[in-house]
Amino acid sequence: MIRAHVLICGGTGCTSSGSAALRAKLAEELKLKNLEDEIKIVQTGCFGLCALGPIMIVYPEGTFYSRVTVDDIPEIVEEHLLKGRIVERLVYNEAAASASKEDEAVASSLSQTQFYKKQKRVALRNCGVINPEVIDEYIAMDGYFALAKVLKEMTPDDVINTILASGLRGRGGGGFPTGKKWQLAKNLVQDGGKKYVVCNADEGDPGAFMDRSVLEGDPHAVLEAMAIAGYAIGADEGWIYVRAEYPIAVKRLNIAIAQAREYGLLGQNIFGTGFNFDIHIRLGAGAFVCGEETALLTSIEGKRGEPRVRPPFPAVKGLWGRPTVVNNVETYANIAQIILKGPEWFSSMGTEKSKGTKVFALGGKIKNTGLVEVPMGTTLREIIEDIGGGMPNGKKCKAAQTGGPSGGCIPASKIDVPIDYDNLIAIGSMMGSGGLIVMDEDTCMVDLAKFFLEFTVDESCGKCAPCRIGTVRMLEILNKITDGRGEMEDLDKLEELANYVKSASLCGLGQTAPNPVLSTLRYFRDEYIAHIVDKKCPAGVCKKLLQYHVDPDKCIGCKVCLKNCPANAISVNAAGEVKEGKKLPYVVIDPSKCVKCGACMDKCKFGAISKK
Amino acid sequence: MKSVEELMAIKAKMQDKVAIRKSEGQTRVVVGMATCGIAAGARPVLSAFVEGVNENGLAESVSVTQTGCIGICQYEPVVEVYEKDKEKVTYVKMTPEKAKKVVEQHLKGGAVVTEYTIGAAKL
Repeated sequence: MIRAHVLICGGTGCTSSGSAALRAKLAEELKLKNLEDEIKIVQTGCFGLCALGPIMIVYPEGTFYSRVTVDDIPEIVEEHLLKGRIVERLVYNEAAASASKEDEAVASSLSQTQFYKKQKRVALRNCGVINPEVIDEYIAMDGYFALAKVLKEMTPDDVINTILASGLRGRGGGGFPTGKKWQLAKNLVQDGGKKYVVCNADEGDPGAFMDRSVLEGDPHAVLEAMAIAGYAIGADEGWIYVRAEYPIAVKRLNIAIAQAREYGLLGQNIFGTGFNFDIHIRLGAGAFVCGEETALLTSIEGKRGEPRVRPPFPAVKGLWGRPTVVNNVETYANIAQIILKGPEWFSSMGTEKSKGTKVFALGGKIKNTGLVEVPMGTTLREIIEDIGGGMPNGKKCKAAQTGGPSGGCIPASKIDVPIDYDNLIAIGSMMGSGGLIVMDEDTCMVDLAKFFLEFTVDESCGKCAPCRIGTVRMLEILNKITDGRGEMEDLDKLEELANYVKSASLCGLGQTAPNPVLSTLRYFRDEYIAHIVDKKCPAGVCKKLLQYHVDPDKCIGCKVCLKNCPANAISVNAAGEVKEGKKLPYVVIDPSKCVKCGACMDKCKFGAISKK
Repeated sequence: MKSVEELMAIKAKMQDKVAIRKSEGQTRVVVGMATCGIAAGARPVLSAFVEGVNENGLAESVSVTQTGCIGICQYEPVVEVYEKDKEKVTYVKMTPEKAKKVVEQHLKGGAVVTEYTIGAAKL
């Protein structure tokens, strides 16, 4: 008989920090102690607190262990699972991870931690709770009951009206009302011909992993929602377009589809209602542009992934020219809940025009890197400081980037704006799919804009000129500025060009690519000016504008820097000479030879070398 | 899958198996499993509770866990029962047979088995 469950995260984050080895070791130890019949190991999806992985939770106590290593396993088995004594040193310690000092108590239970307290999990409700490879566990959490309800009790119009009433908007970034999209596709009665339901799982923003975690942690939720969408619009075929770089997600999707087919939850005559629906997977090769819906459809058709002009929208003319509903993974993850709990429940969360919750992938300079889900209208400050635990090393928050390379920078002064689709656009950013990168004082905003623009230059498909050529020209100007060759006119040129690219590009990639540049120009213009006029990088990031200096008072003349300099830029200057009452440094750095690698600064034990 | 009933059957079958992960608000049976407890025979008691709870279909509402030394080693095996909004009940000198009775009368029937409690043991 099973008396305890040990949940080990099998998401990508914890898998890369070694959770598979933990599972194997735990199984071995349990066998050794004869506990294998009493304690069950459950592999789950992402818990969200990836920075502290691998994560392990022991139920029924709900003890939350973080950063567990293989060597800790025998102790956990012996002490906790056999004797019932919680291994305190491994328990997630709130005080260590959180910015607030008030709550020094060790939070041993999951729901009590600051990280989870402010969250509201709808799309992620099963992630980290069920074993995604066992369909029965999903069913135990009311899985496929929404599909049953829809097929048995509702008409397609009822379904669409429910989704419309819930106020659900597309979670992929655009924020188009999901119900409207379905309605468009449903109302197109084309000679009773084929329609398609497509799931966009081509998550390409750097640092975003919301969709991956849903697919890894709760794949059936997506399958169920696609079948519901199929019933609503009159389609019998679904396609999931997922990137091949997500091997765990692909594996679990395949398992889930096979299990759903075996149970007859996909296939012919589902629940004996005569409704047929099946789902196929198409692997993407990792092109960012394929996250754009028309490019994605082209890619599913087996052609080169390039976007086309909209309208016609996919709802009218999509896959193989047929009406097609394309929704993002997170959008689908909300559907079954809305059907079961009602549209009023969903629309009670969030703001006036943005209902429900949103998942964010927290990254960058923040303590609790990971996945969080909060009601729309939560402020950035709550996400960064309360849930994310603030900046490491007591640094100050300078800005946050939402929406990845398509989004914009939000300065620290706007951190109290409630997050929803419309507010973010008003302050020059966008919701995007939910990447949230936090930056501290050490981040150079010009360099950041350059980073994102480099990404879009690489990923531009090349079909239209404004995006193909315009982004490259913009990048050249940014390079000029960070190299110290910038002129003030460049800023106007950059802004003009950015607006052209934005208004003239064919698809969402080009239309949003200038956002990081425009938003940093808007809020951090002084940093651009510092690069151009003073030839200085205030954050100390842009290499060409940096100079390394030796502090004569700290230098003791050990010459370690000299030995480590790869460019022979350091030479012996004076052996402790004093000139005009001032001590001369023992060594000097020749700026014309210096490659600014920072090796001397790293190696100096006396902190005598600094960059300015 | 031809009917909602089939789906319900799977859910019902799985309910007990996942209930352990929704432990908030449950009744907790805590068995003292320190050296003294184990030496006094706490393991068979724990097993008896686990089996009894499952046999009586209580897995959804009752969880069985262990704890360290409760501090009254001469009365081991000690078992504490925590019910929501009720005072804790402490059973002492437990055996698997006594455990079965506690499961049936207390956990299932709601009546504390007074004769096994620490109060009856006359400290």
